[in-house]
Amino acid sequence: MKTELTINGTQHKLELDPRTTLLDALRHHLGLTGSKKGCDHGQCGACTVMVNGRRINSCLTLACMHDGDEITTIEGIGQPDNLSPLQQAFISQDGFQCGYCTPGQICSATAMLEEIAEGWPSHATEDINDRPSLTVDEIAERMSGNLCRCAAYPNIVEAIRKTAEESA
Amino acid sequence: MTEVFKMDAPATDRRLDDMVQGLVGAPLDRPEGPLKVTGQATYANEWQVENMAHGVMVRAPGPSGRVVLSNRDDVAAMPGVLAVIQDERLLRNPAQGKANEAPVQGPHHAAYMGQLIAVVVAETFEQARHAAQSVKVTLENAEVVAVTSDTAAVEPQESKTLDQGDLETAMREAAHTVDATYTTPSHSSTPMEPHASIATWEGEDLILRGSYQMLKYNRNELADSLGIHPDRVRMLAPYVGGGFGSKLGIAPEAVAAAIAAREVGRPVSVALHRQQVYEATMRRSDTRQRIRLAADAEGRLIGLGHDALVSNLPGETFAEPVLQASHFLYAGANRKMSMDLARVHRLCCGSVRAPGEAVGVTVFESAMDELAQQIGMDPVELRRRNIPDKDPESGKPFSSRRFEDALDSGAKIFGWADRPGVKERREGEWLIGYGMASAARVNVLMESQARVTLTPQGTARVETDMTDIGTGTYAILGQIAGDMLGLPRDAVEVVLGDTSLPPAAGSGGSWGASSSGTSVYLACQAIRQQLAERLEVSENDLTLKDGRATFDNQTRGLADILQNDEIVKLGHVEAGETSEAVRQATFGAYFAEVAVHAATGETRVRRMHGTFAAGRILNAKTARSQCLGGMTFGIGMALTEELAFDPRDGHVANHNLAEYHIPVNADVPQLTVELLEERDDWANPMQAKGIGELGICGAGAAILNAIYNATGVRVRDYPATLDKVIAGM
Amino acid sequence: MRPFDYSRASSTADAAQQAAGGGTFIAGGTNLLDLMKLEVMAPDKLIDINRLDLSQIEETSDGGLRIGALVSNSDLANDTRVRRDWPVLSRALLAGASGQLRNKATTGGNLLQRTRCLYFYDRATPCNKRDPGSGCAAREGFNRILAVLGTSEHCIATHPSDMAVAMRVLDAEVETLKQDGETRRLTLDALYLLPGDHPERETVLEPGELITAVVLPAPIKDAQQTYRKVRDRASYAFALVSVAGIVGLKDGRISHADLAFGGLAPKPWRNAEVEELLIGETPSETLFDKAADILLAEAQGYGANDFKIPLARRTLVSVLNELTKEASA
Ligand SMILES: Cc1cc2nc3c(=O)[nH]c(=O)nc-3n(C[C@H](O)[C@H](O)[C@H](O)COP(=O)(O)OP(=O)(O)OC[C@H]3O[C@@H](n4cnc5c(N)ncnc54)[C@H](O)[C@@H]3O)c2cc1C
Ligand code: SF4
Ligand code: FES
Ligand code: FES
Repeated sequence: MKTELTINGTQHKLELDPRTTLLDALRHHLGLTGSKKGCDHGQCGACTVMVNGRRINSCLTLACMHDGDEITTIEGIGQPDNLSPLQQAFISQDGFQCGYCTPGQICSATAMLEEIAEGWPSHATEDINDRPSLTVDEIAERMSGNLCRCAAYPNIVEAIRKTAEESA
Repeated sequence: MTEVFKMDAPATDRRLDDMVQGLVGAPLDRPEGPLKVTGQATYANEWQVENMAHGVMVRAPGPSGRVVLSNRDDVAAMPGVLAVIQDERLLRNPAQGKANEAPVQGPHHAAYMGQLIAVVVAETFEQARHAAQSVKVTLENAEVVAVTSDTAAVEPQESKTLDQGDLETAMREAAHTVDATYTTPSHSSTPMEPHASIATWEGEDLILRGSYQMLKYNRNELADSLGIHPDRVRMLAPYVGGGFGSKLGIAPEAVAAAIAAREVGRPVSVALHRQQVYEATMRRSDTRQRIRLAADAEGRLIGLGHDALVSNLPGETFAEPVLQASHFLYAGANRKMSMDLARVHRLCCGSVRAPGEAVGVTVFESAMDELAQQIGMDPVELRRRNIPDKDPESGKPFSSRRFEDALDSGAKIFGWADRPGVKERREGEWLIGYGMASAARVNVLMESQARVTLTPQGTARVETDMTDIGTGTYAILGQIAGDMLGLPRDAVEVVLGDTSLPPAAGSGGSWGASSSGTSVYLACQAIRQQLAERLEVSENDLTLKDGRATFDNQTRGLADILQNDEIVKLGHVEAGETSEAVRQATFGAYFAEVAVHAATGETRVRRMHGTFAAGRILNAKTARSQCLGGMTFGIGMALTEELAFDPRDGHVANHNLAEYHIPVNADVPQLTVELLEERDDWANPMQAKGIGELGICGAGAAILNAIYNATGVRVRDYPATLDKVIAGM
Repeated sequence: MRPFDYSRASSTADAAQQAAGGGTFIAGGTNLLDLMKLEVMAPDKLIDINRLDLSQIEETSDGGLRIGALVSNSDLANDTRVRRDWPVLSRALLAGASGQLRNKATTGGNLLQRTRCLYFYDRATPCNKRDPGSGCAAREGFNRILAVLGTSEHCIATHPSDMAVAMRVLDAEVETLKQDGETRRLTLDALYLLPGDHPERETVLEPGELITAVVLPAPIKDAQQTYRKVRDRASYAFALVSVAGIVGLKDGRISHADLAFGGLAPKPWRNAEVEELLIGETPSETLFDKAADILLAEAQGYGANDFKIPLARRTLVSVLNELTKEASA
């Protein structure tokens, strides 16, 4: 199955078994192992990437369904010598321990901040007709699709809050 | 080159306090952070190995019987399939921590449902997965076997029995007594990285890239499983995506990958599916624990009892050591303890974060709350009154123990004085309650080695096969070396996770940082000694900072002192007499505020605080994070986590992350942590103790005690899911 | 995952045509791929409908909304009209799954997602839904999350959707296109089947029948709406019990009462008698208790899920309290 994906701005032409998930295409076929596999069933968020700007679980979608799509992975968000503000904040706030859930957390948070900027409500939003604010409860609810067994949650929330505040 | 340093006497010199680089203890960022936040850190199943094939394991569909792969040839002929392997050497279950030898092997007989009994290897992951799913497994001559403790054969653990004084009489005569039985379910470590291994043979030599916590043991376990000499095996695990006990011993996928790679003549990766992690790695034993407390009118314990029933697979010696902290946490002259082990055909029990205390202290602290309630006494005061002068059983003194300070300080920070009475506070439909519990965990020092190289360029390299499973090893070893050698943090490189390096204690039992840290400290001390000899001064008079040595009113750069030499030293520590001479443990206290929905019984933890004392803190940032992690495990244990076993075949019914409920972000409030300043001279020359597990040992009780305070409902069967709460309302 | 042929549909007609040969539609894929990975579902042919023009939310002439089958759960929850006029639907969607999943999950796929019964997912155990006639492992197994209403001796699975519960309370209708080009409209009640003797049949849809849209009637005026989801975690967990309620009060009496329930039954559950009982009455604890009596009269637990019966009662009463209190305030 021929599939063309634009990943972090670079076009890739792939010939894949149609069963290949987007996650496995990244990890097994493109050497982009920044996206992690924690469950392979949409239950942990470690595989979160952005497709056309929106965060999704790359384990629960087939690569061939994304022919022509723009995909951003953690590798496209920043590099060790050129970190995004959020990546830097994760380091300063110790928003991780083992680091396995971390790329997913950061991809998710990056897209999540956009969602808030666009005014999307969440389960934690008091009045869903109002613009949401960046409270701890809002961040925690919106980041609940990313499990962290090391349980860096309080630090993750703090890293996101600080980054958003500084960019505001 | 080096001698072994044995910890035979307290290290009262506290040399680290004399260092001036200012690294140890500082809340420095993790040096590997930039790699982790950009996805560049390489975990087990991420090495780019050429010509790699993929293996997927196959599970036993029942708990007993001879395993037959009835369509093996058909599967072998499927597209892309390279091999269908059911080798004698495949593991029945993972090795226990520190086993240092192969666990039970043999894939031809099922001992529990979910046991991994074969591996299918194919060109691609997709082909291997489908082929593995196509294997028809039948179990011949299956017998009815016990899958629950209630129906299983029970073996009393004589060596765990304690009978001191006369508890029965104490219970009869005491002003206040509690006699309550609690249960805790099985837990899963659930690291976010599933177990995975890539095996590559180079001639007779095996390289295994895996996800393991204790490499020096794992190498021996792997070699023994394969029947080869350990010298032939090199293991690599520079990054480990969490372990929490589940990666202490070699697990089925590593042996399968090695056998498969040999058979197909190319590298093979075997990654467990999340379901297989739940079904075939390790579980924490379920427990039934009877706690008896006898107290006088003032709340002083005159006796206590702790009788436990735990479980494991036939043939396994590990028995969840739930009595561990009950031996020393509280005073009381009359003491009785016992433990029974039920033999059940469920997946193997082993160490899950803080084996023993995680559930033992938690349950005990629930009982202490019941006693406080009965007496009508502040639960903090009840604990304070029962802090023993010395170990209540052995009579040994304690090493450092800021238990009382933790209780007091934690209470103050949390605002414990404002606590409501039982069922007193309500906000709309939410009932509000406060609860507290003590924390305690034994402290141990383990043999560990590290090599440190000081270069004339003013840099240093620390090398050991120690692992960093999120625990902060990269950070703290660099800080210790930097402080001792007077180098900025960035001038120290830390290389870990490779068995070709000096063997370390490994990450387990909270001993990793203090044991491997001590080996680095010792190596650096030897380097300092050598520098001092070159300069003809006493080591004590040598001040090292920013790559320069100051002594006798002069300052010289390292390049100048070393000329073109490097100094290489090995540090090697072993536990010694201080392990026996005193009772060493870490202590703390938790405080929690919960809101329980009056209609639905849902519990939300609104606030939670922990104050801990664990000797010298090596990095305040990573230590705090370890405590956050522990307390969050406690939230899971209190409210949601439970491996649900099918009552008929004993398989883990909720073998996935959607139904085995570890806490999500929204379950965890902005936890607060206080680390008390402490030095434990008996622990090791750094005066540091373990912190990785302390945060879980009792945490769940603070929450259940808060639920009681909010609702008047005492849940004795962990976790306090809403069904149990509403049943009492 | 078994090998399959993959093709993309270029129009709804093309989709229906392709399905004629026996094919399975894939939309978000968040449920289908989950099951395909475990070979619980194993279609020979996957028809990708994602490029069809079914992502619009349009207003209908009678003041309702027509929601294309491919509108994502996020887009539907965020739609300002839905937030304002059908808030129960927004709330239900936002209570479901995670941010990532809602971005991918579609309106049509959400309705047709299959049960989370753990035995259905595990091919080593008997399941009548997966392998008709093999038995039901859940009845005497770990059935904490399963149904207490509408079950049969062959299956006690629940329908896991939150969105569908809100759709049901809103009297939404599903528009479909059959293989032969015929279209039809079905209420949710008509769409879903109870397990009876055939738990493998979950809806009345014919093979290859495509959901094209879901239509919401005009908003209900003078009534409060809420969606209450009770679950084991604070987020990212399926409902143990959920209640979607739309209740109006006039002169101190209940003038409007629509109630639908999730987590209790093989389909989003609604009981007209409960609603009839409430209408015209003054809100009171006794009245709400009576409503719960009617709702749960036939409820049957299977051990681990017994608690759902008292939980459903408590949740219903709590929701009615909330809706009648707010309405009168
Ligand atoms: C971890 C996890 C947690 C979740 N939690 C929740 C939750 O809390 N609440 C909740 O409600 N849901 C939850 N979900 C389920 C999620 O909402 C569904 O998976 C999703 O809505 C399905 O939509 P989809 O578009 O991805 O469907 P798909 O997977 O693409 O399709 C599902 C089924 O519908 C069929 N189908 C799809 N579109 C059409 C169409 N237009 N016409 C005909 N047939 C069609 C497919 O053939 C397939 O059989 C969760 C899922 C996961 C993985
Ligand atoms: S309840 Fe239904 S889905 Fe679950 S095992 Fe029984 S038949 Fe299968
Ligand atoms: S790997 Fe995709 S959600 Fe877990
Ligand atoms: S950092 Fe280890 S799982 Fe999140």
